[in-house]
Amino acid sequence: MSTPPSPLGRALDLITRVRGVRGAMVVSRADGLVVAEQLMEGIKGGALAALASSLAGRLQRAMVSAGLGPSQFWHLQCDQGALLVVPAGEGLLLVAVTEADVNVGLVRLELLRAAETGA
Amino acid sequence: MSDDVKALSAELAGDPQSLVFLRLGELLRQKRQFDAASRVAIHGLERHPHLADAHDLLARILADAHDYERAFDEWDMTLRIAPQHIGALKGLAFLYFKIGDLTQAEAHLQAAKDAAPDDPTIEQAFAVIRGEAGATLASPPSPAPTPPSLAPEPEAPPARARPSGAVTPLPDERIFAGLEGAQEGLLLLDLAGLVLGGALKTPDGTDVTDTVAAYLAGVSQEAGRAARLLDLGAWRGLSAEGQGGHVYLAQPTSESLLLLMRDRSLPLGRLGLLAQRAAQVARQWLERQR
Repeated sequence: MSTPPSPLGRALDLITRVRGVRGAMVVSRADGLVVAEQLMEGIKGGALAALASSLAGRLQRAMVSAGLGPSQFWHLQCDQGALLVVPAGEGLLLVAVTEADVNVGLVRLELLRAAETGA
Repeated sequence: MSDDVKALSAELAGDPQSLVFLRLGELLRQKRQFDAASRVAIHGLERHPHLADAHDLLARILADAHDYERAFDEWDMTLRIAPQHIGALKGLAFLYFKIGDLTQAEAHLQAAKDAAPDDPTIEQAFAVIRGEAGATLASPPSPAPTPPSLAPEPEAPPARARPSGAVTPLPDERIFAGLEGAQEGLLLLDLAGLVLGGALKTPDGTDVTDTVAAYLAGVSQEAGRAARLLDLGAWRGLSAEGQGGHVYLAQPTSESLLLLMRDRSLPLGRLGLLAQRAAQVARQWLERQR
């Protein structure tokens, strides 16, 4: 009998099902460590988690200082893809790596939905 | 309400498809009733969306109301419909002059002159741009039948004399002159987090320019590192949604970072377009500093 997927695994499943998503992961915000991941081969999860956590921290401090409150979603746009991040409960970040032609709005919704359901 | 406004309004009410809205909108603009003029122009555009003169009218109203970003969009649209539209060419020249991009200002005036070689207002505008008239461009150009608008602008400092084609750097605080929110929601900084231009204020008016700039030091390098790690090519922009507003970061050059901040009423996609436009302005300014 197979073990049912954990809530984190289910959340990552939903995100990676979106066409154009190369991988998704849950990252500890405070120390930048990987909590769970579903990444395509070749993506260095550990390094990505550290960078995502650091970038999120800088943005968070800048936005709070600017009176905008904590960041709820951020999107790094690159020539050949994107990195999308939303904060989740318990000091976590949900991170998705996508191809260039992905439906960003859809991935954003899946990330926010996953964050709401307690990923 | 003046008689001529009443008469034109009645004429428009009698025939809503009529192009009389162009005259009514222009009249209201000249009377500085910008809200009413804008409503007339927008209603006219709803009925005649591909009429270049209607976009030009709305652009002039917006420029008079100091909404330069939307004025730029409307004149840009005018030229898409009618590439040799004199009003739009002169209007864009005015906006480029306002932000200190004299090359683009002259290029648009030259295009206007090519299309209307006998228009005396174009030569006068050239003279102003070249610093020959000792005055500034006061407002966007009026349509052809009215005199050129070259009166000194009360709020602006007098134009410095510039030889033709020469570029004089603008003061730092004027990098984004002419762009909406230039002194409260636009910031240009170097990679060390030092402010090059612009300013940021919180919604309650507190100046947070230096604090935010300091926190953003290093963002550009980290974004570049993440992009390389994931084989995503160069990074083009970084947008973030907050509870009280959105920010967009762009990289005008490899050694600078631009931040655009707006409240949540502006969608993120539009914020990105505005940021890319501001980055272009910043890039030109940085090039002139070299």
